[in-house]
Amino acid sequence: MYDVIIIGAGVSGSAVARELSRYKVNACVLEKNEDVCCGTSKANSGIVHAGYDAQTGSLMAKLNVEGNKMMPELSKELDFPFKQCGSFVVCLEEERIKDLEELYERGVKNGVEHMEVIKDKARIHEMEPNLTDDVAAVLYAPTAGIVCPFNLNIALAENAYTNGVEFKFDTEVLDIRRLENGWEIVTNNGVYETKYIVNAAGVYADKFHNMVSEEKIHITPRRGDYCLLDKSAGDHVSRTIFALPGKYGKGVLVTPTVHGNMLVGPTAIDIENKEGTATTKEGIDELIEKAGMNVKDLPMRQVITSFAGLRAHEDHHEFIIKELEDAPGFIDCAGIESPGLTSCPAIGKMVAKMIKEKMDLQNNPDFVGTRKGILDPATLSKEEYKELIKKNPAYVNIICRWEMVTEGEIVDSIRRPLGAKSLDGVKRRTRAGMGRCQSGFCSPRTMEILQRELNIPMTEITKSGGNSKLVVGTNKDAL
Amino acid sequence: MKQYDIVIIGGGPAGLAAAVSARDNGIERILILERDKELGGILNQCIHNGFGLHTFKEELTGPEYADRFAQQVYERNIEYKLNTMVMDISKEKVVTAMNKEDGLFEIQAKAVILAMGCRERSRGALNIPGYRPAGIYSAGTAQRLVNMEGFMPGREVVILGSGDIGLIMARRMTLEGAKVKVVAELMPYSGGLKRNIVQCLNDYDIPLKLSHTVVDIKGKERLESVTIAEVDGKGKPIPGTEEEYTCDTLLLSVGLIPENELSSSMGVQMNRITSGPVVNESLETNIDGVFACGNVLHVHDLVDFVSEEAKAAGKNAARYVQDMGLEDDGQTIMLNPENGVRYTVPSTVRPAHMEDTMTVRFRVGNVYKNHYISVYYDDERMMHRKRQILAPGEMEQVILKKEDLLKHPGMKTITIKLEEE
Amino acid sequence: METKELICINCPMGCPLTVTLENGVVTSVTGNTCKRGEIYAKKEVTSPTRIVTSTVKVEQGNTPMISVKTKEDIPKGKIFECVEALKDVVVKAPIHIGDVVLENVADTGVDIVATKEAKRI
Repeated sequence: MYDVIIIGAGVSGSAVARELSRYKVNACVLEKNEDVCCGTSKANSGIVHAGYDAQTGSLMAKLNVEGNKMMPELSKELDFPFKQCGSFVVCLEEERIKDLEELYERGVKNGVEHMEVIKDKARIHEMEPNLTDDVAAVLYAPTAGIVCPFNLNIALAENAYTNGVEFKFDTEVLDIRRLENGWEIVTNNGVYETKYIVNAAGVYADKFHNMVSEEKIHITPRRGDYCLLDKSAGDHVSRTIFALPGKYGKGVLVTPTVHGNMLVGPTAIDIENKEGTATTKEGIDELIEKAGMNVKDLPMRQVITSFAGLRAHEDHHEFIIKELEDAPGFIDCAGIESPGLTSCPAIGKMVAKMIKEKMDLQNNPDFVGTRKGILDPATLSKEEYKELIKKNPAYVNIICRWEMVTEGEIVDSIRRPLGAKSLDGVKRRTRAGMGRCQSGFCSPRTMEILQRELNIPMTEITKSGGNSKLVVGTNKDAL
Repeated sequence: MKQYDIVIIGGGPAGLAAAVSARDNGIERILILERDKELGGILNQCIHNGFGLHTFKEELTGPEYADRFAQQVYERNIEYKLNTMVMDISKEKVVTAMNKEDGLFEIQAKAVILAMGCRERSRGALNIPGYRPAGIYSAGTAQRLVNMEGFMPGREVVILGSGDIGLIMARRMTLEGAKVKVVAELMPYSGGLKRNIVQCLNDYDIPLKLSHTVVDIKGKERLESVTIAEVDGKGKPIPGTEEEYTCDTLLLSVGLIPENELSSSMGVQMNRITSGPVVNESLETNIDGVFACGNVLHVHDLVDFVSEEAKAAGKNAARYVQDMGLEDDGQTIMLNPENGVRYTVPSTVRPAHMEDTMTVRFRVGNVYKNHYISVYYDDERMMHRKRQILAPGEMEQVILKKEDLLKHPGMKTITIKLEEE
Repeated sequence: METKELICINCPMGCPLTVTLENGVVTSVTGNTCKRGEIYAKKEVTSPTRIVTSTVKVEQGNTPMISVKTKEDIPKGKIFECVEALKDVVVKAPIHIGDVVLENVADTGVDIVATKEAKRI
């Protein structure tokens, strides 16, 4: 019997797992996909919000500000890309500056530091030359930032794993039954017993909550379409640019990414299908139309890919993080939508603390709180790089020409703890295939490396696990 | 730092022909840098026939054509490095590259020939809505998998785009046992060669739907179906014309883009239409001693013309190395594409530097029937040639004569345009 | 009298051809810009042929497969028979361009030859 089973290896589940691994605990994460970071955590804005948005006094506000403060240190400990680039909320109408000031006040109450309402247009344009000429004022939040959502999630999970938490992939929870002293979890991959359950199932969190509780919750998958622009557009703005919700609707954000691209999105479309990550023409058209509202001359012709993610929107728009009264031992981490990514370090800490106190967990003396990410040769000096390739010539062999990803990095991504098993797994860890040609050149080469490293036939290699096989057979086999 | 007279970036058809020509024009120290494990570039995966009718007066397959040029490189003992990635070229023509044998290394070149070829446009650039399952490939990626590795990307195929690679892959997939259901083309005309429509689609009863595009992609893990709809004159899908095709594979053949990342970062000036460098009559870029040829310069339909162009680039680079410091006589004539002509390569011509004749290549922007290709020296029409049909998928050319140009010493502009009469 | 419209596939020019037949016999070809166009047109309306290109597996080579072609064109109706005949062909490296991989494919009298080299490893 496990002490704790966490359902979902997204960013919340992985953060909880990592924080729990500070203690002596027999914990396991069950994930229905083949890898960590396959749901909401993989398709979002990658923003570390400052914390002025959420209602003062809400759990969302508290964890957002806490998470924001934890992120710089965490990014160093776990070696994932994070940049405190700051953010603007752009107000286009003089008469609405009061709304901007209200946002400022709320931020102050929430504990956000160093904010400023800037009305001096010359200064605004000095900071962001490509901001629209129609700008009336901006709310500047220097503590806001951007993060690589994949590597944040992967780093948390890897660190949890190396500190003793088990991970079971391709394991979908089908049923949850109450036992005398805990729970029985029925999956497609065996039955597991556990004292505590942490429900970090993203858009599916309501399903599991409602299996055990009479107080029902309802989560709506809220689809957000995004367009990712080429790196040649990567310095168009240097901060995250939000729109002040106004008469033209909510607007979309425009932000640099930690890897030097430009991201535009998201739309917000409530849907029924919890797997409904298909983009629509209307959604993309909306982005193209709205992108120019706050930022001028945005080169939308430079889009290299578009994608959609689902936010786990709970009806009350608040994080639900608590042990259920009518289901002791079942802890919800539900309704984790934006600012969930920002909040995840604080969510992990909060849930781990709850369990530690309940179970009186002892410190894990072997806990190592640091982790090294995949070595990126671009971060080395020429001399260091020459040393590296002398030792390991795989770092010479460039597989992805756009993101300059070498065979050495891809091999590392496969061999490391909780390593990649699919093309998308490699892509999320190394960025191979995320560039201009969108894996046209590198995918056959990455497939060869996967085949060699995992020792499986080419016909078993998938894009993202399950039935997503990349090739279906050999020449003439159907003739 | 090692010194070479000419360093050629890319060992595909352009790079090989340029190297052979530079050697035959007297240059000793030539180095070809190729990123793949063999010479020949993309021709190695183009196993169909139809190459070489102009160059060798016979019909060869891609690998055979590549081999002919590779043999010429071997015979001349021209140096080349395989599995070598060029990282950077400086304005001073210091080439930084790396491979497993030499590690990271630098080479000083007197002249550089850019011959990096092109890449395929991806789905992202088209913003096709829908899911992102396995089974969506660019036609060239599928070509590599099938022709070089022997793996079938799928069994039931829809192809978007009627570029030549897409047409060729329709036949290849069919002959390897797949069912190609339809080829959809956004434009009202095909982007590929007519002969490929006949022998790759018509021969196998594969329908080509012009003015159609993909409007939805279904399948969460592996592709399950695509929906195709007719588009109006502006390329917008017409509601009610949607047709869903069950399939496990979607191949995209939606255009090629010259691969000029290295060129741009060294400061080579680009032509917005071709996405390739702006060059003069010598195929020389704005940077002295840096030449370009083949698909990195502008996307060709025929490798024979790539070889021809590369031969000129090799010769010009040789001449540059031999006469470094040749004085300019000052006269530069601009080539001006107009009225249906989208671009010209080259963009300028200095009569003093040109050969007896010079080929100007260009593409038209639409399908034109019974139009004339006209060439104007400033305002004077000098050439007027009727063509039954002109299409964007087929590159056109006119030949300029040095003696004609020298007869017009004050000339500023040569305009090439289409005229109805 | 019967006329057929064709596109010549000999070269990338793709000339539009008009073929006139009388009782199954070609009486005229127009639209071609070279002699080969006329030959193609006559053949295409009476007994069309094609060059077929494909791949075969390689043993003990530096590559798992090589490309091949029919040395000459074969009847259009034999194309699938031809590729099916290649299904189980495995050649042993070394192979040179032009080496015969399969003789008299599908009883056409035409050999399949390699179009790519495979070195022995």
